[in-house]
Amino acid sequence: MELAVKIKNVSVTLGGHFKALSNINLDLPIGKTIGFIGPSGAGKTTLIRGIVGSLRISSGEIIVFNMPAGSVDLREQVSYMTQELSVYPDLTVKENLKYFITMTGQPRKASGNTLKDILELVDMTNKQDSLVSDLSSGQKQRASLAVALIGSPKLIVLDEPTVGLDPVLRERLWSLFTKLASQGTTLIISSHSMDEASRCDDLVLIRDGKLVAHSSPRELLQSTDTKTVEESFLKLVGDKE
Amino acid sequence: MSVRKTLATSKRVLSQLRHDQRTLALIFIVPSVLLTILKYVFQGESRIFDSIAPMLLGIFPMIMMFLITSIVTLRERSSGTLSRLMTMPIAKSDFIFGYAIAFCLLGFVQALISGGIMLGLLHVTVLGGTIPTMLVAVLAAFLGTALGLFTSAFARSEFQAVQFLPAFIFPQLLVCGLFVARSEMAKVLQWFADIMPLTYSVDAMKQVTVSSSWTGTLTRDLIVVACFAIAALILGSATIRRQE
Repeated sequence: MELAVKIKNVSVTLGGHFKALSNINLDLPIGKTIGFIGPSGAGKTTLIRGIVGSLRISSGEIIVFNMPAGSVDLREQVSYMTQELSVYPDLTVKENLKYFITMTGQPRKASGNTLKDILELVDMTNKQDSLVSDLSSGQKQRASLAVALIGSPKLIVLDEPTVGLDPVLRERLWSLFTKLASQGTTLIISSHSMDEASRCDDLVLIRDGKLVAHSSPRELLQSTDTKTVEESFLKLVGDKE
Repeated sequence: MSVRKTLATSKRVLSQLRHDQRTLALIFIVPSVLLTILKYVFQGESRIFDSIAPMLLGIFPMIMMFLITSIVTLRERSSGTLSRLMTMPIAKSDFIFGYAIAFCLLGFVQALISGGIMLGLLHVTVLGGTIPTMLVAVLAAFLGTALGLFTSAFARSEFQAVQFLPAFIFPQLLVCGLFVARSEMAKVLQWFADIMPLTYSVDAMKQVTVSSSWTGTLTRDLIVVACFAIAALILGSATIRRQE
């Protein structure tokens, strides 16, 4: 099986004493939607930041497309949406996208189409000339998500992308994620919402910086003899404690 | 480094400021208003105003660009946009020089407006001519931008960024020779002034004011200011980390 990400014995200690991740081992396949599921503070963002190379891991190894995480050659292949609003509030949606399109190194001629497509994907065409600061929180979230969809990255890492979105748009975005995965893109999507987990091809359950489980939703439900991912999670956590 | 990405960063910074009219007013209008007020403060003693005004033209751009750049850059660092940019295929120098170009451009326009008002409406005589005056003012803006980019790395909030003004800029202002000739100060203050960049910016403007020809001292002062600015840009670039 070809891997998008290989995580070997990864531990991260923050601030000299707080163990944010403990000995994580994961093989994440190409062309799947992989959900990092766990409560707030579980270590999802820390693991994500390790994968995109913005956090130095204390020990172990993270390999992305056969290269160490954070390698220069990966910067055109990996796109990342942070949990914070990582777009400029004092620019319009269109200005933000144009800027980030240039920063991702997209060819100048392709910018127009790319911009239009992305705006349609996140349903922001009618808000493209609005300042981000004037948008609702859900619209800001979509503007930030739009940046992660620029170009054709092989790995898209989205940290809580659906927070604050209405159910209709959430549904559309999940359809988009599934479509991208079917075209060969790997998506890592973190969420603390268990009801989104069943939409993923692969689930990585994390709690207190430790890996609780890694399997498909169906396998997870079968192995724990439960009906929902939330019940599985609770059962697995209960078993370990 | 990519010219396209650097210029796109400059354009983006300028677009952000275009939407912030209050900041634009601070940059373009406030220095001229302050100079005009000063003119009438020294109404009976125009010679004092004539000697101080050009020096202020070398100080205002530095202070304003320092303040604005440090806050804008701090916002980048804390809002997640810088983290996102650092995962993209851009060089740190694209980011840093993009900022430097944008603020130097603003400094140039500021110098044009303030210098125009000072020379044209307030009738201050500068023996060295308009172009050297503008050059010193733009270089002062460049210095303020570079120092702002660098010091923003040491602030965690906008409140802390503003604190660098009294802690880092005001001491330079006191000893740069604006109020008292540096030779009349205590020796230790002279030494301090000798290693501070604002001293050379003010010195350069003094040279432009009193000398009709381009002097060796002016060249030296401009080189020192430029070196300080470039060093601050390089250090500022080093404070941007792709990995934490």
